[in-house]
Amino acid sequence: MIRDVLVILHITLHEAARKRVLVATLIGAAAFLLLYGIGFHFVAQKVAADSGLTVVRQRLFLNFLTLAGLYVSHFLSIMTAVLLPVDTLSGDIASGVVQTVATKPVGRSSIVIGKWLAFSLVAVAYYMLVALGVLAIGYVRGHFVPPGLTIALPLMALEAVVFVSISIAGGARLATVTNGVLVFALYGLAFIGSWVEQIGTMAGNASARTLGTAVSLLMPTEALYQRAAYFMQPSIMRDLHMTPFATASLPSPAMVWWAVAYALVALALGVHALRKRAL
Amino acid sequence: MNTTRDLAIETHHLSRRFGEKLAVADLSIAVKRGEVFGFLGPNGAGKTTSLKMLLGLIEPTSGKGTLLGKPIGDRAARAKVGFLPEHFRFQDWLTGRELLRFHGRLYGLSGSALDAKADALLTRMALQEAADRPIKGYSKGMTQRVGLAQAILNDPDIIFLDEPTSGLDPLGRLLVRDVIHELRAGGTSVFLNSHLLGEVEATCDRVVFVKQGRVVHELDMAATPSGLEVELRVHGTSDAALAAHGTVLSHADGVATVRVASEEQLPLLAAALVQSGARLYAMKPHKRSLEDTFLAVMGEDQRPG
Repeated sequence: MIRDVLVILHITLHEAARKRVLVATLIGAAAFLLLYGIGFHFVAQKVAADSGLTVVRQRLFLNFLTLAGLYVSHFLSIMTAVLLPVDTLSGDIASGVVQTVATKPVGRSSIVIGKWLAFSLVAVAYYMLVALGVLAIGYVRGHFVPPGLTIALPLMALEAVVFVSISIAGGARLATVTNGVLVFALYGLAFIGSWVEQIGTMAGNASARTLGTAVSLLMPTEALYQRAAYFMQPSIMRDLHMTPFATASLPSPAMVWWAVAYALVALALGVHALRKRAL
Repeated sequence: MNTTRDLAIETHHLSRRFGEKLAVADLSIAVKRGEVFGFLGPNGAGKTTSLKMLLGLIEPTSGKGTLLGKPIGDRAARAKVGFLPEHFRFQDWLTGRELLRFHGRLYGLSGSALDAKADALLTRMALQEAADRPIKGYSKGMTQRVGLAQAILNDPDIIFLDEPTSGLDPLGRLLVRDVIHELRAGGTSVFLNSHLLGEVEATCDRVVFVKQGRVVHELDMAATPSGLEVELRVHGTSDAALAAHGTVLSHADGVATVRVASEEQLPLLAAALVQSGARLYAMKPHKRSLEDTFLAVMGEDQRPG
């Protein structure tokens, strides 16, 4: 089983490295980091030169900008996590590539797990590359590092893994386009659900908060970002809701475990779907 | 009588339904170890679905079967199975050598043994010069040959070939035919699904004809009489006179059908009849080909065009 998974992992890494989607997202990331770096440079220069700003306010500006950069890196990693593996199973099934693989002495579970591992590695590596780029720019130009990175970065990496899991599980059952549309619809659902929860909490509306929590249970990814954002801000920013990233309703640690379980259940459903699928 | 141990494939009443459509109605076949088995039928007869059920790619709706003595789909049995699909598709960004290494690893091969096996097969398939080029640049024939190589990497006990010569030039067909003969000589069972009846005739020990997912006819190629039949329009001769040159299959109303050993017998038969005083009006020799049998079994409605 492990040997089979490693064989599929190896060929899938090879496959991922060749994908134009990866090249496109890497070019997108490079363009973003360039633009972000230039923007950060000017903001940091202005903040440092403005004698009217206190050190605290200077740090808050830089924190806000860094969180914005990390939000974009998280969005880019979601796109990569969805689009890279979206056709890895459905494409192989439609083209017939999977037939010569599935008739070898390899379990269909090994095919799904091997692909999942490979694309999870690529998506997390991509995320870390872009996020560390954002953090490096902040450190070099503004001597600023946000707090809570050891908690926040793994949370956002987990978010990418959840998207890889859904994208692969859907590909075992659905056609490529249907799968892609469905995963992005789930992303949209999670996004709006999370914001309904945050704004509902700020407004003191329990129904909106409950609705948001329910949506987060249905798709926990945005809750992971909200929890990550909470740890990357000083308490003053959170308490005064100074930025759109201020977390009014902190998702609980149970939501993190739910996200882990969610990814594993999605993977298990993908394995089950491929086992049952007529190839 | 064959026991399960003698059989490479044995199925009992396999069926597969896709929604309302019954693709395979009732497939019961037995393929002996070491035989080349032809699986024939018109388009839509359920051949590919049957083949996919045998390979574990599709679950049967009902029925059961064994492959190399193990239940269909058994992983250990798959280690001794080779498969070349009709439309062989793969990661065409790999080179021929990389593709064989990948499939070899799926069979559990590794290291220098795998490299040596891949080299030998690339040479056997006349692909050594293209071995390190991406497959997307291969011709259809080269693609088919590298596909055949991946199917025999594991020295299979049984190999499934789905239209292995379609799209190949005569030399490519000859190579495939040679490989099939080599496999049979080595004791490998070959399950051949082909529309090219000439290929089937040249390679198979036994064929079955499938219609609407059922075996409707079976033909033992080795037991099929050799020689050719000749239809004579002749008067003034007897069965005994005709029997001196072959087997009289029918003789009535001045029309006789005689099976002779070879074409060389035809002038001798004509000369003997004329010398005996018989009045010979016409001679029409014809060999009953697999195509004739196919049309007879399937019906003229299956004739192309």
